[in-house]
Amino acid sequence: MEKEQYQKLEQYVTPKPPYLKNVAKAFVVGGLICLIGQAVSLFYMVFFNFTEATVGNPTVATMVFFSMILTGIGLYKRIGQFAGAGSAVPVTGFGNAVISAAIEHRSEGFVLGVGSNLFKLAGSVVLFGVVSAFFVALIKYILVTLGVVSW
Amino acid sequence: MVMTFVFAFFIGGIICAIGQLLMDVGKLTPAHTLSTLVVIGAILDGMGLYEPIIHFAGAGATVPITSFGNSLTHGAIAEAEKHGLVGVLTGMFEVTSSGISAAIIFGFIGALIFKAKGNVD
Repeated sequence: MEKEQYQKLEQYVTPKPPYLKNVAKAFVVGGLICLIGQAVSLFYMVFFNFTEATVGNPTVATMVFFSMILTGIGLYKRIGQFAGAGSAVPVTGFGNAVISAAIEHRSEGFVLGVGSNLFKLAGSVVLFGVVSAFFVALIKYILVTLGVVSW
Repeated sequence: MVMTFVFAFFIGGIICAIGQLLMDVGKLTPAHTLSTLVVIGAILDGMGLYEPIIHFAGAGATVPITSFGNSLTHGAIAEAEKHGLVGVLTGMFEVTSSGISAAIIFGFIGALIFKAKGNVD
């Protein structure tokens, strides 16, 4: 069979994902996770003197803590099967990727198993976050130096 | 106050919906989707557009992974402003550390207290 024919056939037999349903589920679950995050933010602002600008850090750390509990009892995976990107895109999904790798590879030991595999799934997020931040900041620095924009 | 909760839900939901579209329509793997969103967050911050979203949507903008790109860039730009070119390198983790350090610490603790049942990822 020709390659083109095969691709056509493959497209034909692969069931189309239910776009609208998937997007709606991702929207609702992702929105709810951020809603919980907002409640956590409010908690830190009321009781710990954080401001709107600084509350992001403790909020993210707390969400990752929740993620550890849900990952450990096996619930995060089930949420993920329902929500798709709704549970993958929030920082809890990043936490889940790191924590599940840590738990899964524990049997190989803490150095070779947990240590080596911790960022097996989440490493690409760290890599592209850091590299893009580097280039964006570099470009901004050059633009400021040339007097095109200001800080 | 109440409005921040409403916007947190909607903006957070929209960012996740964009992620879902990248996966379904764009046929990207989850890892590609998350990497793309992080890069988008970094670029938005470079143009000064991410902070305004945080201002009105709160956790709707700080909880999705886009905020990771935003805070990395934010730290790098803030240090570059203070110390020049070298700040681009040294400022990177100034603001962001919490997401990564929390993931590492809770990953370690999780490995200590939970057993793999083949259903954790």
